[in-house]
Amino acid sequence: MKRLNLGALAAISICAGAAVHAAQTDITVAMQLEPPHLDPTSAAAGAIDSVLYSNVFEGLTRFDADGAVIPGLASDWEISEDGLTYTFHLQEGVTFHDGTEFEASDVKFSLDRARAEDSTNAQKALFESIDSVEVVDPLTVRVTLSQPIGALLFNLAWGDAVIVAPESIDEIKSRPIGTGAFKFVNWVQGDRIEMQRNTDYWGDAPALETATFRFISDPSAAFASVMAEDVDAFVGFPAPENLPQFEADPRFQVLVGSTEGETILAMNNKQPPFDNPLVREAVAHAIDRQAIIDGAMFGLGTPIGTHFAPHNPDYVDLIDLSNYDLEKSRQLLAEAGMADGFTTTLKLPPPSYARRGGEIIAAQLREVGIQTEITNLEWAQWLEEVFRGKNFGLSIVSHTEPMDIGIYARPDYYFQYGKPEFAAIMETLNAETDPDARSALLKDAQRLISEDHVNGYLFQLAFPTIANAKIEGLWKNQPTQATDLTGVRWTE
Amino acid sequence: MTLWYSRNLLLGGTLSLFFAALALISFVWTPFDVESLNIAAKLKPPGASYWLGTDHFGRDVFSMIMVGARTSIAVALVAVGIGMGVGVPLGLTAAARKGGWLDEVIMRGNDLIFAFPSLVIAILITAIAGPGAINAIIAIGIFNIPVFARLTRGAALSLWEREFILAARVCGKSRTRISVEHILPNVTNLLIVQGTIQFSLGILAEAGLSYVGLGAQPPTPSWGRMLAEAQTMVSFAPHLALVPGLAIVLTVLGLNLMGDGLRDALDPRIRVART
Repeated sequence: MKRLNLGALAAISICAGAAVHAAQTDITVAMQLEPPHLDPTSAAAGAIDSVLYSNVFEGLTRFDADGAVIPGLASDWEISEDGLTYTFHLQEGVTFHDGTEFEASDVKFSLDRARAEDSTNAQKALFESIDSVEVVDPLTVRVTLSQPIGALLFNLAWGDAVIVAPESIDEIKSRPIGTGAFKFVNWVQGDRIEMQRNTDYWGDAPALETATFRFISDPSAAFASVMAEDVDAFVGFPAPENLPQFEADPRFQVLVGSTEGETILAMNNKQPPFDNPLVREAVAHAIDRQAIIDGAMFGLGTPIGTHFAPHNPDYVDLIDLSNYDLEKSRQLLAEAGMADGFTTTLKLPPPSYARRGGEIIAAQLREVGIQTEITNLEWAQWLEEVFRGKNFGLSIVSHTEPMDIGIYARPDYYFQYGKPEFAAIMETLNAETDPDARSALLKDAQRLISEDHVNGYLFQLAFPTIANAKIEGLWKNQPTQATDLTGVRWTE
Repeated sequence: MTLWYSRNLLLGGTLSLFFAALALISFVWTPFDVESLNIAAKLKPPGASYWLGTDHFGRDVFSMIMVGARTSIAVALVAVGIGMGVGVPLGLTAAARKGGWLDEVIMRGNDLIFAFPSLVIAILITAIAGPGAINAIIAIGIFNIPVFARLTRGAALSLWEREFILAARVCGKSRTRISVEHILPNVTNLLIVQGTIQFSLGILAEAGLSYVGLGAQPPTPSWGRMLAEAQTMVSFAPHLALVPGLAIVLTVLGLNLMGDGLRDALDPRIRVART
């Protein structure tokens, strides 16, 4: 079957070559943030997955372009009646980029490493309910759970759950060895990462022979690099104001996709006056979401009323709970004993949604008498002061992890909500495997945080990609942070 | 009378006065409120209702330039004040104690500050103390100190050799009194000229710090930040970059011309040479 496929492909490409000329087989893809290192299993930085997910590293399951979980290195699996035992059958003939065989022991090694006591995996919760991983034979792995969880296959599709080669661990941060369709070749820090087609790839061979990822953080430099065609595609283009120009230019295609990024006005639930639900509700009603989307994002983004992605089937539209209503906001402030308003801090990380959104929100809050002192912070400072130090009144940030409503169960999370009722819903959800019951629980969870006005819910971040018009197969949406090049090709 | 013979002074003075007037008027009147946003009217080109157009939040650019002039001038003025207030006494003291340990300490301290590129110091200070107009003032003020200290010391040293100072010493006046009563009045002209130049550098420094986000914080308008924000919009709204850019250029040019003109007019040697 595989041979046939390859044969057909070769035939097609020969025909195409005869008709015009050989299609280009190299690509330069730019993005804003550079990965801090190249081990997706030991850092939260999404930039690592943006470069390596599916290209270099693969997991037992994986996300496709629409966010559906499909087989990866596991070709199929069986789940026991009680939902506690998963038996994965692995793909045959898979080798790592260093030439070693991919076997069940590598799966055991990777999962055990990720869930180990001293593991530095950023998403250890994904593996929490795994009790043991056993090698049945070289192509079969049995995963036993301590309690049934509904989301195991979803969890294993994350970039944090990819299979790594045991002998590559020492150098994985600078020389990643995976099973993917592209081999890592070179990393020029501060500039680019180069990859090359893996000729021994077990799946369908990618159309591209080489790929270069470039990192351009400055929005105006990003604009110039695309306009000058220095890069073939820019994923996550940082300046939404420039999109109309690209759309009007026949050289380019503009894809505006969805992300898992809920952009929120974070409120410090433990710091007065935001410990008072009335004040939080007043803030929520003082915010005009559409003005923020238009002013900060030039129209890109979908309004949200809770911490959940609107393209998810379980999303509940709760925007009415925090509609733009200045009268109501003033009244709530008066009820809270703050008719004259108050002064608080608004600490903003670098992305333009935060910096511009912050200025707009500051102006909107002034309307109801809330004065804000804006401080612009670099990411490192923001993580230190706001995320870890919890020293803030208000902040704006986009939470880009998929299905991350569980963070509201953590009382020590930076906005410090952690209501026991909410934690209870999450606990029931984790143990629930029935899809309908899960859906109902997720809706309850969304409703609870929206009614409590834990944060101001602004909009779902859009994901603009600008690419050469002759490229096809790029992901439009970002169901997880990834730039999957396996299906990308030049059309002429 | 000689003042008006200088074309530099006339042109520079007019430009500087124009921006100073804008800043002053902004206290009582601006065409639009610079802190309230009007997203519906964003990115309007210059026209009848918005003279210099609007920015991406629908704020009136002309109003922002007026208030931004206030920010720039206030920061530069106070910074020069700090530089003079600290630098001049230090320079006078050093000159009065020429060759003594106090002179050494003061001048080597100055060398230390001078050794760092001024903007790097400013960025260092604001990075430690946090961004904001006050910290920008302190940062720019600190690197103004050695400029004034050196200038004052150099000028004062040559004065100390003059007969009228000798006369004052013979009369039994203390070094401090001589410095204040005889030396200072004779270096004032130099200080005014240098002050004008430092003032223009202060405006540039403020714009630079704001451009990298370390100056006055939003919503306070500032020319440097206006430039930074305009960067990605240059291709479709060039007025957003041109207007604050020109405001900075013209103010700095005006102050420099004025400084040159003042020097021509006030420097006794040049005046002698001309007559």
